[in-house]
Amino acid sequence: MSRRPYVREVSKSRWFLGQPRYLRYMARELTCVFIGAYSVLLLVALKRLSEGREAYEAFLQALASPAGIVFQAVTLAFALYHTVTWFNVTPKAMPIQIGEAFVPGGVIIGAHYAGWAAVTVLVLVLAEAL
Amino acid sequence: MAKSSKPVVWGLFAAGGTVTAFVTPVLVLLTLLAALGHVVGLLAYDGLHAFASHWLGKSLLFAIVFLSLWHAAHRLRITLHDLGVRSDTPVAVVAYAAALAGSVAAAVYLLRI
Amino acid sequence: MGERPVELEILRYNPETDREPRFQRYSVGCREEWVVLDALNHIKETVDPTLSYRWSCHMAVCGSCGMMINGEPKLACKSFLRDYVGVIRVEPLAYFPIERDLVTVIDDFMDKLARVKPYLIPKREQPVSDGEYRQTPAELKKFKQYTLCINCMLCYAACPQYGLIPKYIGPAAIALAHRYNQDSRDGGRDQRQEEIAATEGVWDCSFVGACSEVCPEHVDPAGALQQVKIASTVDWYREHLMPWKKK
Repeated sequence: MSRRPYVREVSKSRWFLGQPRYLRYMARELTCVFIGAYSVLLLVALKRLSEGREAYEAFLQALASPAGIVFQAVTLAFALYHTVTWFNVTPKAMPIQIGEAFVPGGVIIGAHYAGWAAVTVLVLVLAEAL
Repeated sequence: MAKSSKPVVWGLFAAGGTVTAFVTPVLVLLTLLAALGHVVGLLAYDGLHAFASHWLGKSLLFAIVFLSLWHAAHRLRITLHDLGVRSDTPVAVVAYAAALAGSVAAAVYLLRI
Repeated sequence: MGERPVELEILRYNPETDREPRFQRYSVGCREEWVVLDALNHIKETVDPTLSYRWSCHMAVCGSCGMMINGEPKLACKSFLRDYVGVIRVEPLAYFPIERDLVTVIDDFMDKLARVKPYLIPKREQPVSDGEYRQTPAELKKFKQYTLCINCMLCYAACPQYGLIPKYIGPAAIALAHRYNQDSRDGGRDQRQEEIAATEGVWDCSFVGACSEVCPEHVDPAGALQQVKIASTVDWYREHLMPWKKK
């Protein structure tokens, strides 16, 4: 008997196709494109702000273009997906043991969602009031 | 085997992931509302200028831009590898350098305000 | 107890005669309550004695009968035929070389497992006369779930990073290293960090999370890996920003 193990090739660029679990993972990873692009948008906002009122108001105008609105709407969807996927794994990364028992994962996730809701409401209220 | 120096880049990625998870959706919501015609006080020139003039506002804005850029850069590095781009070191250098350059620019703009 | 016809499509590979694997279809009468492993045994006993696969306990304890069933890493002894419709496709565990039919070469995993020292390295050796190394229930609970690992390698077959980066130490071995690191009686963390805090250790993980989803014993390797990342990051900052602190 001779040994001749057969090695199956793994596609380096298409391995995630046809596997719902891997596709969900890639969707999560792709959120970085939109988080990154939006960070650049914030950077541009700061640049225009530093250049004075006119430049900044032109920037706000550009945001209101159809392309700007579509970009932001898509970014909002990906940002929400990032938030949900990020919070849902927090009990894995940071389990909390009190006495003998571990705090149920749902409680840790719930606390993050509650904190998120609080931050969101706070920002909305303060942003409106300023 | 030598211990990896990945903790430096990963620590900032994780911090950025947490910050963006909490604040990016509401920020996008605010700018989207502005684009649709409802400019909240903070996003009007006077509001944002006042906010960015204060050292606390500057720090917050800088932290958000820096950590978001870093988070995106690190995840993009991993994603490119997942998509079959095997030259990890050049990708990493370019991605992190871009994030740092963006952050330096943010600091410069903020200091000018 | 009813019997029904079941069609299985099994990946066959004979290293002596085959250039590459091929699927072979079997149609057999199977009982309603059978698992895939029963069907394989039935085929081997009544249809094709050349079919090769590993199995032993038939009760999800030994971890030998891991295979891809309709593309999903599964224990054949825990996968009920009645949960599948149509032809059931059975292949050897993904990412491992095929030795023969459904038998894979697992040397890589065995080597990595040994490297992470998955055994107790006591903080201090104490003579037998001193009695047991004692532990509270809370200290036990801290690592208990990881002790349930049966080394079945389903997590490796689920992990794309293991498929893409063969040097990556992988989920089960790192989770087991973490199990001993979390043990209050253990003092071997520094030795294990040499392996698991290296680039080919925990840093090749991109937190796909598939390992934990497929684990038949509900161990959470993905969680262990993130915890190791956080702990290694804390180590790094401690070593580089507070060099006056002893390790």
